[in-house]
Amino acid sequence: MCGIVGLFLKKTELRPRLGDMLTDMLVTMTDRGPDSAGIAIYGDEVDGLKITVQSDTPAEDFATLEAEFGGAGRTVRVVDTHAVLTVPRAEAADVAARLEARGLRIMGAGASMEIFKEVGRPEEVAARFGIRAMGGSHGIGHTRMATESAVTTLGAHPFSTGDDQCLVHNGSLSNHNQMRRKLAGKGVFTRTENDTEVGAAYISSRIAEGATLGEALEGTLRDLDGFFTFVTGTRTGFGVVRDPIACKPAVMAETEDYVAFASEYRAFADLPGIGAARVWEPEPATVYFWER
Amino acid sequence: MDKTPRTEPRQSWTFSREVTSEIRRAAATGIYDIRGGGAKRRVPHFDDLLFLGASMSRYPLEGYREACGTSVTLGTRFAKKPVELKIPVTIAGMSFGALSGDAKEALGRGATAAGTSTTTGDGGMTEEERGHSATLVYQYLPSRYGMNPDDLRRADAIEIVVGQGAKPGGGGMLLGQKITERVAGMRDLPVGIDQRSACRHPDWTGPDDLEIKILELREITGWEKPIYVKLGGARPYYDTALAVKAGADVVVLDGMQGGTAATQDVFIEHVGQPTLACIRPAVQALQDLGLHREVQLVVSGGIRSGADVAKALALGADAVAIGTAALIALGDNDPKWEEEYRALGTTAGAYDDWHEGRDPAGITTQDPELMQRLDPVAAGRRLRNYLAVMTLECQTIARACGKSHVHNLEPEDLCALTMEAAAMARVPLAGTDWYPGKPGF
Amino acid sequence: MLTIDMATTALREVNATLQAQAREGGQGRFVLDNPRGAHAVAVGLDAPIEVIVKGSTGYYCAGMNKHATVRVEGSVGPGVAENMMSGEVEVAGDASQYAGATGRGGLLNIRGNASSRCGISMKGIDIVVHGNIGHMSAFMAQKGNLVVLGDAGDALGDSLYEARLFVRGAVRSLGADCEEKEMRAEHLSFLKEILARAGADAAPEEFRRYGSARKLYHFNVDNADAY
Repeated sequence: MCGIVGLFLKKTELRPRLGDMLTDMLVTMTDRGPDSAGIAIYGDEVDGLKITVQSDTPAEDFATLEAEFGGAGRTVRVVDTHAVLTVPRAEAADVAARLEARGLRIMGAGASMEIFKEVGRPEEVAARFGIRAMGGSHGIGHTRMATESAVTTLGAHPFSTGDDQCLVHNGSLSNHNQMRRKLAGKGVFTRTENDTEVGAAYISSRIAEGATLGEALEGTLRDLDGFFTFVTGTRTGFGVVRDPIACKPAVMAETEDYVAFASEYRAFADLPGIGAARVWEPEPATVYFWER
Repeated sequence: MDKTPRTEPRQSWTFSREVTSEIRRAAATGIYDIRGGGAKRRVPHFDDLLFLGASMSRYPLEGYREACGTSVTLGTRFAKKPVELKIPVTIAGMSFGALSGDAKEALGRGATAAGTSTTTGDGGMTEEERGHSATLVYQYLPSRYGMNPDDLRRADAIEIVVGQGAKPGGGGMLLGQKITERVAGMRDLPVGIDQRSACRHPDWTGPDDLEIKILELREITGWEKPIYVKLGGARPYYDTALAVKAGADVVVLDGMQGGTAATQDVFIEHVGQPTLACIRPAVQALQDLGLHREVQLVVSGGIRSGADVAKALALGADAVAIGTAALIALGDNDPKWEEEYRALGTTAGAYDDWHEGRDPAGITTQDPELMQRLDPVAAGRRLRNYLAVMTLECQTIARACGKSHVHNLEPEDLCALTMEAAAMARVPLAGTDWYPGKPGF
Repeated sequence: MLTIDMATTALREVNATLQAQAREGGQGRFVLDNPRGAHAVAVGLDAPIEVIVKGSTGYYCAGMNKHATVRVEGSVGPGVAENMMSGEVEVAGDASQYAGATGRGGLLNIRGNASSRCGISMKGIDIVVHGNIGHMSAFMAQKGNLVVLGDAGDALGDSLYEARLFVRGAVRSLGADCEEKEMRAEHLSFLKEILARAGADAAPEEFRRYGSARKLYHFNVDNADAY
């Protein structure tokens, strides 16, 4: 149960302001999700892969990152409890395995996507990671009121289960345990007991099998049960789908400059030109998608 | 003459007489069995717990001399005017419509004399109840029958009903016979139709929306009244935590033995957790949030005696609510109407067709002649007596455990008679210091 | 006329000021600036005052309104005028889901579109929507009138009781137990009157009427598919 925000910029000049605009939207959704917050930012694309990791003891864990993973064509950027490593694509799997072996948690990986999430109120979380200063083409944020799984960093959204893919969710799935077992049977494993991660893993596995993002989102309507509003991000855009009953709130706004998504209208209040925007609610069981 | 011995005819345990009669009934009518009351099957309950009492290591309080407090304050978290009750036993929500106006009056009279509250139900607030209940909790239900801001403002507390122990996840079904002109008028429905009650609220879904709904109700009533959230015993740990996060002042948790005016038998008997199993997870949630005793917990579903009250409090509840027991105190299922119960195809103690409106005791009915059988003054007095006995019993136990207030009872004052009860209540099996699932063992 | 800036005034103070008019017999006019999507704006009013909201609101704007006129010069979030008793609520823009839910009286006049579940469980309110309405509108609607100048989404009037539904545009699908009904003189004259009240530019003859088929009023196993 949560608050969701999403912003997709059509106008390049706005990109430096992405983090700032998204943070305002996120903070407005604090009441819907005071437990934890997270944000996925699609920033500058790199040739290799950016891997975002998290640690509960960053001082010790991150001290030797640069020495071990830095060097020519690589970067290590530590941001509070998170670190973003850029590595050549060919080495990414190996690096990820070594990071996990060190006990670090992989939040996500991608050519442009970076994910930051922590337990705490959205305003504090955004400040810790300096989200306001981050630029990018699009981003998705989430404030969480935990339903049936623990209030932990790992339980926070967005969930990423594929390169440059992430998912946030408002609602509660009712067949996620069954789907988790089904995905595990196909070799797709989740890290948490969280229902949303199952949704993310479902979409990623469909894409890995050759489905388009649109087809994967259509599939959620058939294969996932319960109440959901999903917003999913990819390297080039973002998509929205609501379950057929569509009780959980969702509102969208579009101008020539951007497409915005939120659980409530008030998250849009500070967006430029919102007064003249086309504002509407996504229809039930309908997939919406924007790409740059 | 055949002398071969024969075995006795043997009834199937799987297909018992009860089961086969239900199959025949379903085949004949094509409708599921609808009835009132709570679960009738045997489930682990408070009877499987015992108090240890005081002896050498603990000192008891003198029965009639040394005070043992029973008062409880509900709604201390946000409300400007919390509800103050003399005893930790309240009257659960029961609707006008399911009950007659006089029965509601009797509940109000009895509860007021005993120093506790009554609760409206699905069908709005009646003058009978408001007029006779010093402290009245106004239920805010998915149906919103009769809902209006004036009654909201003249209530002493507001109880947002998310679920009920008899049917967590379900709505109600009141059959046409009871939708009289007065009932229909209060509910804005045509007279005589079957009335279906929704299972979800019409204008919010989930705790994030509920938080905003609670804000609206507080704004309408000037932040004066405690907001209770009533839950059916489904996933008590998470449900309690979410009710608290949504802003509840009080959580009311109703186990599967809790009654209903009318719903499917299959729902009553097969959905939800026993009351005993619900309390510890709910208390755990409050403790994990650091709000145990600050957000009060009211437990209901099968509370019958002062011993049950004391056990619920010891497990961490702040108060209990009674529904079925209160109706029995008023005169429901009294054997003096046995002949009439027989005529309805049932027997005293088993009568549960509350939705049909033919209650011989004149309580769960809208029939003017049957209603006359209940004298609200005398019935109110019986309820007051019963509440007094429950309270005295609860105090007796608390004093025996050395407590000067019933809220000082603790799980450590209890032992369990069965493994099931030990596991559910997280109380050691009698004679041991172990319960199933105890960590570090 | 009193102007209150919601950017600098707490919600409690805003509502307390408006609610106090019931005690003081107020008939005044109030302007609320900068609502910025706030929830529970102008709820529980109980006096014939007029409140102008200069912008968009969140959930439950004008909830449980009695006697007052609330005009929102923007869009509203879920549950606008929920359980309204009397008075008038006018929305210049769009309304989110549950508009007029369980409303028992008064007029809710939405100049834009209303999304899903418009008029859910309505109990006597009149709702006029100048644009379209979303799916599951008038679900379990008991009493009152829902008038839609545009189109209706899926499952209109599912499990309907005695509310009357009038739609000028297309209805994507009807819900269980909802059927088209004959438009009689009384309905045309009602429409004429309410369209005028709502300032709606439409002719009564352009509407079709929908109501309960009343087949679900008493349980019958032959209708089990509808449950």
